[in-house]
Amino acid sequence: MQHGKYRFIAGFLALPLIIYAIFVISPFVQAFQISMTDWSGLVGTAEFIGLDNFQRLWESDDFWNALRHNVYMLAIVPVVTLALGLFFAFMLNVGGKRRKNEVVTGVAGSKFYKFVFFFPQVISIAIVAVIWSNIYNPDPADGMLNSLLGAIGLDGLQNAWLGEKSLALWCISAVMVWGHVGFYVVLFSAAMASIPRDIYEAALLDGANRFHTFFKITLPLLWDTVQTGWVYMGIIALDAFALVQIMSVNNGGPDGATDVMPLRLYQTAFRDSQFGYASAMGIAMLIVTMTFALLTMRFARRERIEF
Amino acid sequence: MTTEEIDTVAKAAAAPAGTTGANGPATTRIRTEGGVLNVFSHGILVLWALMVGVPLLWVLWSAFKDSNGILSDPWGLPTSLRWENWANAWNDANMGQYFINTVIVVGGSVIGTMVLGSMAAYVLARFTFPGNRFIYYLFVAGMSFPVFMLVIPLFFVLRDFPGSPLLATYHGLILVYIAYSLPFTVFFMTSFFRTLPNSVAEAAMIDGASHTRTFFQVMLPMAKPGLISIGIFNFLGQWNQYLLPMVLNQQEEKYVLTQGLAMIALQQGYENDWGALMAGMMIAMLPVLVVYAIFQRQVQSGLTAGAIK
Repeated sequence: MQHGKYRFIAGFLALPLIIYAIFVISPFVQAFQISMTDWSGLVGTAEFIGLDNFQRLWESDDFWNALRHNVYMLAIVPVVTLALGLFFAFMLNVGGKRRKNEVVTGVAGSKFYKFVFFFPQVISIAIVAVIWSNIYNPDPADGMLNSLLGAIGLDGLQNAWLGEKSLALWCISAVMVWGHVGFYVVLFSAAMASIPRDIYEAALLDGANRFHTFFKITLPLLWDTVQTGWVYMGIIALDAFALVQIMSVNNGGPDGATDVMPLRLYQTAFRDSQFGYASAMGIAMLIVTMTFALLTMRFARRERIEF
Repeated sequence: MTTEEIDTVAKAAAAPAGTTGANGPATTRIRTEGGVLNVFSHGILVLWALMVGVPLLWVLWSAFKDSNGILSDPWGLPTSLRWENWANAWNDANMGQYFINTVIVVGGSVIGTMVLGSMAAYVLARFTFPGNRFIYYLFVAGMSFPVFMLVIPLFFVLRDFPGSPLLATYHGLILVYIAYSLPFTVFFMTSFFRTLPNSVAEAAMIDGASHTRTFFQVMLPMAKPGLISIGIFNFLGQWNQYLLPMVLNQQEEKYVLTQGLAMIALQQGYENDWGALMAGMMIAMLPVLVVYAIFQRQVQSGLTAGAIK
């Protein structure tokens, strides 16, 4: 039977492994090779130039500008998204009126809220970007947001949004938050549902209010999930390619105010044909992403609470 | 206790009395923060629901308006139902072609991912052999590679593929989608196959079924809940994929829906048929919407499964 077993194993693994090796593993290895050449895409013309691309990258103002924008978003977007997600999840699961024998209940209609909140998660990022381009339309009468502000008498807040250098990046960040809050509401709801009810009961008997319950019970018991969510959301903030490409004025404008690393990479490679240099950007992105993930894991770690 | 709290305790004690007489004594003694906070929290929930729901409904009602109405009166409801927007989107804006391309690519790649992913996961989960752990971690490591880093070499892998170039072909895109869906699928299905009992497979083997037959006729049906979750996950991810087709599928007649929409939105601006763009977005959203409405629970658990280890 041994012989049959190994033939079976090999038969089942061969095709998935071959496809995976050709389209994922080999590009991963090649990315390092290409990053050390001056390749422009023509077969057989790549010259080995060592770490020159990385040096050029280090001295490139454009790349630092793009990286800085990603870091801004990394600092803001995960905090806001996770805070809103936690708040809503707490409301939906624990925040309701006490009724019957249940000590801890969600608000009425929590299923409906979850259904709606989660919606942006299932639609394409391209559609999200087109919708929000219309919302941010700079025209005071035609733009959805601007005309809404005008209608409720807040004309003073009307703005060019994506056309305004100081606002554009935050407008795009807001869309990221908008799109992902629902995911974390559902994620945290599932995690909250696994917290035993009697812990809440005990706290409430001891006189804890909702504020205490949240910070002393819910948050500590959810910490592992929050930490994972942080890494996920951070990786999304380090990307932002599709939103910037579709929404921003002049691809990363106005005046470079919304440029991000992936857009730099995409244009360097597929517009300027500097594939070696663009690959070096890819390696830099890998390093930034890994550093962020490891730091989060390292500093957010707390003693694990078993329950 | 403040007067307000006393008031709410009294209310809390009085209110459920009508619903059930079996109230535990504990419930009535618990302090509740009453109406004010509930109105506040409900208010915020409603506000967020509107912020999410209205832009999506706006696409729906704009899909029935003309360009002029969408641009100059974005909040106005359609005065008449312009079904021709949908026909224009399908025919003139080529959404029909993009839709068919997407169905072919996603159909092929979801089926391929499920079959190949669960085959690999099954072997890795239930057989011991040298290299098992290595192969497993090789797959799982793929979840942490940023796609941006891989996309340049990947472009040339497809362009210079021995035999015939794979750029802008259905099968090329299908193979790439499968490859990039395998890490999570293998990770998820491996842990799923581990939870299945051994006894059924053993009984099948004793009855003379081969390994292959045991897998397809016994184990795969038992893994159905896991397959549904991961299938939905892959369907949504691949249907909405943006970056990979942007790079690997740059011929207009092979565009998938996301590319088509981005192109219409980016290139044309004001002389564009906005009604058709909105109808096109609805066409792109409808299959996803149907899946989400039917499988809401599985979609939510499937998409969040990756974050709960």
